[in-house]
Amino acid sequence: MSDFFYRVHFYLFGLIAIASALAFVTRKSPVAAALWLVNTMFSLAALYVMLDAHFIGAIQVLVYAGAIMVVFLFVLMLLNLGHPNEISDIRGTWGRVAAGFVGLAILAQVMALAGSVAPKALVQPAGAAAESLRELNAVGTIAKPLFEEHLLAFELTSILLLVAIVGAVILGKRRAS
Amino acid sequence: MIAEALALSAVLFTIGVIGVLTRRNAIVIFMCVELMLNAVNLSFVALSKLYGATGQVFVVFVMTVAAAEAAVGLAIIISIFRHRQTVDLQNINLLKG
Amino acid sequence: MLLLQEAAAAGAHPLTGSVAEWIWLVPVLPLIGFLVNGWLSLSTAAKIGPADPTAHHAHHGHDDAHGHGHGHDDHGHHPAAHRHAGIVSLVGPAVLFAAFAVTVAIFFALAGAHAEEPFVKTLFRWMPTGNLQLDAAFQVDQLSMVMTMVITGVGSLIHVFSVGYMKEDPGYPRYFAYLNLFVFFMLILVLGASYPMLFVGWEGVGLCSYLLIGFWFSDKANADAGKKAFIVNRIGDFGFLVAMFLLFSHLGTLSFTGVNANASALPPIVATAACLFMFLGCAGKSAQIPLYVWLPDAMAGPTPVSALIHAATMVTAGVYLVARSSALFALSPVASLTVAFVGALTALFAATIGLKQWDIKKVLAYSTVSQLGYMFVGVGVGAYAAGVFHLVTHAFFKALLFLGSGSVIYAMHQAYHHTHNHDDAQDMRNMGGLRQYMPVTFGLMWIATLAIAGIPPFAGFFSKDEILGAVFARTHGSTLADASWLGIPGSALLYAIWAIGLTAALLTAIYMTRMMLYTFHGANRTGDAERPHLKEAPWVMTGPLVVLGVLSLAGGWLNLPTFFPAGPVQALHHWLEPVTGRAALQITNGTEAHLEHSTEYMLVGIAIAIAVIGITIAVTRLKTDALVPKAQSPASEGIERVLEHKYFVDEGYDKAVVQPVVGLSRSVLWRGMDAGLIDGLVVNGSAYLAKGFGWLGARMQSGLVGTYAWVLILGVLGILSAFSLR
Repeated sequence: MSDFFYRVHFYLFGLIAIASALAFVTRKSPVAAALWLVNTMFSLAALYVMLDAHFIGAIQVLVYAGAIMVVFLFVLMLLNLGHPNEISDIRGTWGRVAAGFVGLAILAQVMALAGSVAPKALVQPAGAAAESLRELNAVGTIAKPLFEEHLLAFELTSILLLVAIVGAVILGKRRAS
Repeated sequence: MIAEALALSAVLFTIGVIGVLTRRNAIVIFMCVELMLNAVNLSFVALSKLYGATGQVFVVFVMTVAAAEAAVGLAIIISIFRHRQTVDLQNINLLKG
Repeated sequence: MLLLQEAAAAGAHPLTGSVAEWIWLVPVLPLIGFLVNGWLSLSTAAKIGPADPTAHHAHHGHDDAHGHGHGHDDHGHHPAAHRHAGIVSLVGPAVLFAAFAVTVAIFFALAGAHAEEPFVKTLFRWMPTGNLQLDAAFQVDQLSMVMTMVITGVGSLIHVFSVGYMKEDPGYPRYFAYLNLFVFFMLILVLGASYPMLFVGWEGVGLCSYLLIGFWFSDKANADAGKKAFIVNRIGDFGFLVAMFLLFSHLGTLSFTGVNANASALPPIVATAACLFMFLGCAGKSAQIPLYVWLPDAMAGPTPVSALIHAATMVTAGVYLVARSSALFALSPVASLTVAFVGALTALFAATIGLKQWDIKKVLAYSTVSQLGYMFVGVGVGAYAAGVFHLVTHAFFKALLFLGSGSVIYAMHQAYHHTHNHDDAQDMRNMGGLRQYMPVTFGLMWIATLAIAGIPPFAGFFSKDEILGAVFARTHGSTLADASWLGIPGSALLYAIWAIGLTAALLTAIYMTRMMLYTFHGANRTGDAERPHLKEAPWVMTGPLVVLGVLSLAGGWLNLPTFFPAGPVQALHHWLEPVTGRAALQITNGTEAHLEHSTEYMLVGIAIAIAVIGITIAVTRLKTDALVPKAQSPASEGIERVLEHKYFVDEGYDKAVVQPVVGLSRSVLWRGMDAGLIDGLVVNGSAYLAKGFGWLGARMQSGLVGTYAWVLILGVLGILSAFSLR
């Protein structure tokens, strides 16, 4: 019973994500599009939680929906681009048809490749994920590999963020001239 | 549920691709790229159920990079907008040598 | 050391460890000569130029009315001979004499060893590729040693003659370099122990022939003659190559010993095909119908070259090849009959042309073609020893004839030079009565003429008679007689060949006597101003003539007929038996084909009678007094005109082969392929393609990110497809 419940919710959030994403790419107004994308982010966060990645679900809401998308909306409004007619945004019919075909082709390729190449040897024993979740709880599951195996990458990421901040500030600064 | 998650990831990625190909507003295209990154994140998370928590660590990195990218990218867009008064990529050809 | 052990393990050959181990020295000596002379030629070329073509051309472009080889050039125009002439005169002939000495030593070692099997001296692995294991090896056997003796012996004499003949030529070191190189390749040809080795020599002598025919290359006619020889020979080489491929694909080996041992395993049709293709090669190299046309033109080279390459040695390579491949030809009566028949036709055909040539060297050239035809008749009917015998005697008397003509041309040239006359020094109409001025040459050339005409006891009589006798003997009780050639019974064909051979012998006697009469007898037509300057050539030139005269006189003793009352009967025949004996026996169905003595006497009588009749006809019918110098001679008419123009074969080839090829080359290869395809499509096309790509690339660099996104996505799609469709 609980499995059925889980399944229904999984499909529900999946459909919401797809529908919101479709709405996102088809809206003319950038602001509306951004809000549909936020919706997608939220449903993705729900799916992360359902996939036992609770911490990721949380930061998905915090970082993506809460921070990044807010910055997008902020910029849209700052530049006063919220009106749908300002840019005749979506390309002509042929462009859309071609894009659709290319998209379908990529989808087919990715699907075809997805099942075939998953290496079986690295698969962890059943219940290992749940075990580590119980032992280390949601944050510890990520924190342990992040600060043990991938510590260098983590530190480098901080440098990346620093550089990005500096770059953003310099780019955003008005020139004196 | 992993297979369904992966399929969903592929569909979202494709939608992101179509968005990149069809939109002309630089900021919307940016958001499409974010959607593609999210789709990839979904597959990382789904596969982390099979292969362990490393996938989730990668998701953290991807989010960091996405944040940095958003910061720099939006700064660039603002900068361009100041010069051209537009974010329509059709009118921006600064890459032309 | 390893090789010696191998040889010992394989059951030591009697010659192992003897002087025959030094066989490599024989070709290497001329090679050294080539290097020395070539270096001298090049080292001076940088400073003064070897032939100084402009100066050359200035006073010799117009001295030859019909555009073909004026034999001799430039005597005395350059007052000083080449500054290295002394060294060259020493090195050039000396290496040949040294090679001859080594050859003689090996020859006697071989004679003493009574070796039934050839002695193969392997030098190094040459082509170890897959199934083809080729060694650079020399083969010492009875046949190769006879050839080597002729090449080094006659070659030495001709080298000495060249010292006198070419001394004042500005290209003197170059000349000797080529001549030495030729001898080197010729020795590779006859000493090589496999078909590819032989082919290396075969091609090498072709190259040297080309270089020497076009020695005075500043005259276009000479250069063209060289090219003609080279190209016609390539047609023959194609046949030779195909024959080699056939042999290799069926036998898996190309060494002579291997092919001879396994020849009987060949299917008859393959044997016939291989032999016929091989004979195509022989026809090219040895100037047989239909590829003989290059040899008369080859007279454009210096006369000693004509003597060495185009009479005594290189052109006999085809005969050597057939004799060397006797085991193959014995398997195929059809191919053997073809060889004999083509040889006979060539003998007759060339002899008729020789009747009406005015250029003294052209007469000898057609005579050479004709005599080569005789040799092919000999080897064709399975009388390999007889063919080789005629090869040897022909080398003697034809070298003598050519050198004698060289001596005559030299004298004529000197005389003309004194009076600055530019008449043709080779035209017999300008000669006449030379016997008073050059008695030594006169006497020696008569010896050679009698030899070629077939008057006993001169050398040519024995060899020619033996060939004709062998043809007659094969008409009964041989595989050839039982075979059918294009529906003609072999026996009938052999009778026809015999009759053609006799006719050609008659014509030979006539045209040779004609040449002698016009050159040496009657009144002198050279001109009053020139006459006092006519004199005998120096001794360095007449000396070799004397030696060759002795050989032409006594060469017949090499292989006296069986009925001969005294002397070593059939010496060469027995000598060659280990090489060609088995094949000859195979053709005669295992019996020694000896005619009845009475029949033989009859044949000999006929041969002598024909020679005498020919000479008599020439002496009585030809009126030397009626001749006038070339400049005043009327154009000939009717059949004479046809003969003088060599049946218009060259013109026919020109129309049938050369013009279509030139036309095709011009329209298709040049305009179509070269200008259109290569220049237009490939050269300019690649430029246009690059330009097009550049244009496309420039257009693609629109600077629009959307376009780039499209390209990027399509690229991703391509990569994904490469993975998923794999």
